[in-house]
Amino acid sequence: MSSLLNESRPPVFCPGCSHERITQALDRCFQNMGLQGDQVVIVSDIGCSGLFDTYFHTHAFHGLHGRALTYATGLKLAQPELKVVVTMGDGGLGIGGAHLLSACRRNLDLTLLILNNFNFGMTGGQFSATTPPEALVASGFLNQLESPMDVCQVACSAGAPYVTRCSSYRKDLPEVLEAAIRFEGFSLIDMWGLCPGRYTKKNKLTPKIIEEALGDLPTLEGPVKENLREEYGRHYRELASREKPAPPPLKVEARFRPPEPSRQEVLILGRAGQKVITAGETLCLAGLSAGLGVTQKNEYDITVLRGPSISELILSPERIGYTGINRANVVVAIGQEGVDRRRALFDHLDGGSFVIRAQGVDIPPSKGRVQTVDFKGQGVKIQDWALASLSVMAKLDKVITLEMLQSALKIRFKGKDLVSTVDLMGRVQVGDGFQSR
Amino acid sequence: MASSLLEGNEAIALGAFHSGCRFFAGYPITPATTIFNAMLRLLPPVGGVCLQGEDEIASIGYCLGASMAGLKVMTATSGPGMSLYSEHISFAIGSEIPIVIVDVQRLGPSTGSATRGADGDIQFLRWGNSGGLPVIVLAPVDVKDCYLLTIQAFNLAEELRCPVFIASHKEIGMTKEGLDMDALEMPKIKEREAPPAGKPFFPFEIPNGREVPYFLPIGDKILVRQTSSTHGPDGYITTDPIQIAESRARLKRKLDSAVDRISFYEAHIEDDADTLLLTYGVTARAAKDVFEERKADGKPVSLLVLKTLWPVPENLIREQTKDVKRVVVLEMNLGQYVREVKRVLPDKKVDFLGQMDGRLINPQQIHEVIIHV
Repeated sequence: MSSLLNESRPPVFCPGCSHERITQALDRCFQNMGLQGDQVVIVSDIGCSGLFDTYFHTHAFHGLHGRALTYATGLKLAQPELKVVVTMGDGGLGIGGAHLLSACRRNLDLTLLILNNFNFGMTGGQFSATTPPEALVASGFLNQLESPMDVCQVACSAGAPYVTRCSSYRKDLPEVLEAAIRFEGFSLIDMWGLCPGRYTKKNKLTPKIIEEALGDLPTLEGPVKENLREEYGRHYRELASREKPAPPPLKVEARFRPPEPSRQEVLILGRAGQKVITAGETLCLAGLSAGLGVTQKNEYDITVLRGPSISELILSPERIGYTGINRANVVVAIGQEGVDRRRALFDHLDGGSFVIRAQGVDIPPSKGRVQTVDFKGQGVKIQDWALASLSVMAKLDKVITLEMLQSALKIRFKGKDLVSTVDLMGRVQVGDGFQSR
Repeated sequence: MASSLLEGNEAIALGAFHSGCRFFAGYPITPATTIFNAMLRLLPPVGGVCLQGEDEIASIGYCLGASMAGLKVMTATSGPGMSLYSEHISFAIGSEIPIVIVDVQRLGPSTGSATRGADGDIQFLRWGNSGGLPVIVLAPVDVKDCYLLTIQAFNLAEELRCPVFIASHKEIGMTKEGLDMDALEMPKIKEREAPPAGKPFFPFEIPNGREVPYFLPIGDKILVRQTSSTHGPDGYITTDPIQIAESRARLKRKLDSAVDRISFYEAHIEDDADTLLLTYGVTARAAKDVFEERKADGKPVSLLVLKTLWPVPENLIREQTKDVKRVVVLEMNLGQYVREVKRVLPDKKVDFLGQMDGRLINPQQIHEVIIHV
């Protein structure tokens, strides 16, 4: 195979830079693997490692500092056949830490080459995540305050299935690179090297010193047994293929006549966990079954099972603009939190407004007609009060009819949920003072 | 007639899917999360990819990689996530990477109010990139717009090779509405243009008569280069001031020159009106109520609802307001787009009604501002 080096753009690394060796080794590795340029994409980070993509006749993607692994992930998932090689320095390692951890955990088939020369070369030799505290760097005393990070240990802890730590001066570097690229999964090589432009001007570091330092560390070369597992992309496609296609949005035919010919506004004032939103949706579906326009605007806090839950619902034969409620035709007061949040609203109710109040909920005085329902006494669980209120409305022909409600329930609920909800609706008594249908 | 009950976020996901979007990545955030939920149901079963990123920077980074590999991509977030998207938005602008970015706005600044809406990001979307080059921002009013404008957003992103933002809002994204999808007039779906075969390909070369480079995906038989660095036609970094000036000017021109054909809007102009309500987003709903009520009462106002906010549709604004003395700008912030309207209409009286407390601007408030001020 021929070289993939870009003859029109020879490397411009500082004399003595170990990146030069890595460039040559990578080209040798591509040749040994018989790869064509169009089978490879080099995704390069920022700094001197960010020059790599320009030196090769391959696909190339060069982006922002620390983010190379994110582009690589998108590229690989979109083009699974591509060999994706990421070049990143020890700077990218620090700024892109979250992405590194994620890549280790995910195990997508990428190869990350960390060109670790212990400092930020391009910006003037500042300290990085791997700079020893005793080194003299352009960050003054700051590196004395921080511990360098052992990226290989971090990667192993994060689940990387393939980790090699080596010197950029290893004779068999092309083979080391090839083994990593051939590995089906996330592979990382931490390659220690020299930065003659910055680091070694003030710090003694030679290939021999690197060799000795590496000798003092536990050897890491290749597969990490405890982290070996299925490759992410393959696994993703396998699990995805078992997913059922999402059904198209359900269409509700207009089949019924609504009980009132005009715009109706319904406000459900409850608390989180009372299925206020579900009841609101059901009411909207009932509206659609009568050919009405519907809107559902919800209000709740960020807490999940605590706090107010409010649904503002409009059913109208006319276009619905503003989705808030000014003068509710029906107020469903089933949770104190919701009522307290909208106390002011009760001042605006008139004689035409109808309030369904769950026994035990205090509501402010208003001109609306109040119907108190003892849901608890009827054996209705508090989380079903919103749905039960729909039954009260339907039985009184308020906003919806029973047939509209039944049709909506069949759309909204399936199987056992449908049975129990229909049962619930049947059990609910409207309470005193009203004729139930 | 048969209608579906959809929330705005779901409609955006369906619009994206219809457009051929097959890659989505996002990070959970209220009130945008349900877009992620919907994409997760839609994409994997058809061989698409939906990812939950480790953060927003990664999420949009995944999208940029996948877009350059040839897929139509989308991401969605809210204000705090938009802040994190910034560096990649700049990348997508400068390196012409098609992507649709949905901002379901919530009340800020910062983490602000997760479950309250606002139009707080309108200038941020325009200027939240380094370099300050133009972007396209579309603003839906309702569930129908969420669906149709998302399709338009993809068309523009693909055709013009740029990020296109959808400035949604908690009160649009998480509000459910009935929509008869069969009754919609569907836009034609557009795709990126591949170069004519048989000629040497330079990834950022601009052929005569075009403002946008042809696209080939990374992974093609022909080698493709992408870079966030200022580049020449060959995709290599350049230091040539003439090349740099030309390409910067083109990035601006390719959107500015398209403005008249990409300006979506709804206008209701009344002959006897001396006031025009100018608004966008969810407030347009209340404004339309006011328009109808006043028309019925014989005291008409005109109404202009902008659905393309950026580039500012200056000609459209001038044309639609030419017969009124006064323009009232309504938006759910303390004064953002009104700056543009004042800039475009220096000789008109431009009044402003803004609100930033999580509540919708209601029709009564609009009536009052028409009468008073």
